[in-house]
Amino acid sequence: MSASIEFNQLHKRYGAHPVLRDFDLKVQAGETVTLIGPSGSGKSTVLRILMTLEPFQEGCLTLDGISYHQPHGKPPFFASDVHLHKVRAKVGMVFQSFNLFPHMTVLRNLVEAPTAVLGLSRDEAEGRAVELLHMVGLSDKAKAYPGQLSGGQQQRVAIARALAMRPQVLLFDEPTSALDPELVGEVLSVIRSLAHEHDLTMLMVTHEMRFAREISDRVCFFEGGRIVEQGKPDQIFNAPEQERTKRFLSSVLNG
Amino acid sequence: MDLSVHLPNLLGAAATSLLICSLSLLMAASLSFGAGVALFAGPAWLRAIAFAYVEIFRGTSLLVQLFWLYFALPLLGISLPPFLTGVLALGLNTGAYGAEVVRGALRSVSQQQHEAARALNFTRNQTLWRIVLPQSLVEMLPSFSSLAVQNLKDTSLVSMITIADLTFKAQEIRNLTQDTVAVYGTALLIYFAMAMSIVALMRILETRVARSTGRLS
Amino acid sequence: MILGHELVMSSSAAFAWSILPILLIGLRTTLLAMFAGFVIAVVVGMVFALMRRSQWKIVTWPVGFVVEFLRNTPLLMQLFFLYFVLPEFGVTLPAFWTGTTVLGLQYAAYMSEVYRAGLDALPKGQWEAATALNLSKTRTYRTVVLPQMIPRVLPALGNYLISMMKDTPVLSTITVVEMLNLANRIGDRTFEYLVPLSLVGAIFFVLTCVCSALLRGLERFVPQKGIALR
Repeated sequence: MSASIEFNQLHKRYGAHPVLRDFDLKVQAGETVTLIGPSGSGKSTVLRILMTLEPFQEGCLTLDGISYHQPHGKPPFFASDVHLHKVRAKVGMVFQSFNLFPHMTVLRNLVEAPTAVLGLSRDEAEGRAVELLHMVGLSDKAKAYPGQLSGGQQQRVAIARALAMRPQVLLFDEPTSALDPELVGEVLSVIRSLAHEHDLTMLMVTHEMRFAREISDRVCFFEGGRIVEQGKPDQIFNAPEQERTKRFLSSVLNG
Repeated sequence: MDLSVHLPNLLGAAATSLLICSLSLLMAASLSFGAGVALFAGPAWLRAIAFAYVEIFRGTSLLVQLFWLYFALPLLGISLPPFLTGVLALGLNTGAYGAEVVRGALRSVSQQQHEAARALNFTRNQTLWRIVLPQSLVEMLPSFSSLAVQNLKDTSLVSMITIADLTFKAQEIRNLTQDTVAVYGTALLIYFAMAMSIVALMRILETRVARSTGRLS
Repeated sequence: MILGHELVMSSSAAFAWSILPILLIGLRTTLLAMFAGFVIAVVVGMVFALMRRSQWKIVTWPVGFVVEFLRNTPLLMQLFFLYFVLPEFGVTLPAFWTGTTVLGLQYAAYMSEVYRAGLDALPKGQWEAATALNLSKTRTYRTVVLPQMIPRVLPALGNYLISMMKDTPVLSTITVVEMLNLANRIGDRTFEYLVPLSLVGAIFFVLTCVCSALLRGLERFVPQKGIALR
């Protein structure tokens, strides 16, 4: 199961500093969309708002038709915890710095939320965790602590942890930026298989241009808090229409 | 309680508390640096003395130390007036804690600074006094600030050896008026105000020192 | 005779030996007050720390004031206040419990600052991961936050336990019969203060050494599970 997302005229400010302005974005269920652009352009903020880690001030956001605001609540009031709990149940997130729980084993990291939130029995949750670990190629690490794993392994565990909650939307916030170059490949190949084999809506912020081009259904170029240009990967990478897109792409691809 | 009558009394007694606090802090400061530097860089025999001093006064209770100086010392033939006994006990006690602070701060200065000083052919003493100590001063001040507040609070114990400090006077007035809430409440507020003033003063000192050692522009 | 023990005055050593059992009775009270006070401090300190993280200023502001007030006024004065004020409001507690409560409250204020630092030291990503996994607030604290914070604050809490022990003699001022109180009684009876007071000092010294050693052992023993202590 996957879900659709719709941002409508969204405004987001940090104090007086605007991060997103009149932001519009529609993502179809099952679509894989990549956000690219210079750092500080607000790409990550889009994901953080979707994950309810950040409030926004104006406009509206819906996920599968469910508003992030209370049914009758009006901006700028953020919805209640109970309401957000429902929204969050559909969304999972993979962080740049993994954010695994360092005091729990890998298995415990994967079992904790399914038992506490989804109400699975311990056996059931562990069974699923073992499957997921197998999928990300880390079956032998169930008893290890995150600190004993490499960055690439930690990020694969983090992906498995997010999947354990059976999200309909999965967000990737620069999932390979904190990794040593030689570890990037193993993480990307896990994400690649997800995009192909699972029915998930995926939203990814990344600086891996080749990867973005390979797996995306659509690429959005971001600058100054809004989308400057979007389209099929081939169109964006081969024949960008906007001058700013061209400039950005030539700087990252030749840099 | 008739405040207009008793407040001046309490404030006068608070001045006594402050006096004891200041005198004992002066004593504690010199002991802190003396013992702290000795622990950090002194010859073995001096280090041993400093170590014994610090451990004994940190290892036993202040009130026990106060009573020991007040009741037991005279039996060894040394009789001190209560006021001096109070200052002495507080100074010795706070000084022991301060010595640990000084030693810790001296240790926190990086090894590179020692090496740089050696490369410039400074003597050990020059290195200590000109390079290491000035840098470690910034590290000490926050701890000194809490020690100073602790010292102020501890002055209330000298009321137990008949010194007419704020706590002593508050007890006296309470016994007279039987108005516990007002009398003790006022005394507590005066202590609170004094402690806050110490914190504020130390904060000013911290910025001054940070500025003069290049930690703050 | 004090507490059923005969005082022998023939020599200093014999005197010391004869009063040791009396002081050990006081030691029990000292240790009891220290542990009971510690339990109060650990629990109430956590309550203070969590309340200070509330999003409502109407909670954080008064709690902040109470914490600052407890931290910045003398234990002895707080002790007298509660000891004499409680009965005026019809609450009569044994002196021991009044004393232990005051001791516990003052250290609760100190410990709340330790907890606060421990909570602030937790990387933001841990809270965010908990939110992303839809864990409830209580669950987040119970399984993510506290298990990571507690090993980090243990050394500081241990040091406060030792400090509390050294503050227990103050309870003798409100008639709690602990070691110092008994030493003074012996002194008042015999006009011989040197031996009892020195003995009390020595017992405290040994206790401090033992507690410090235990604490250092504990720090090494606490399962670290990938988290560095401190």
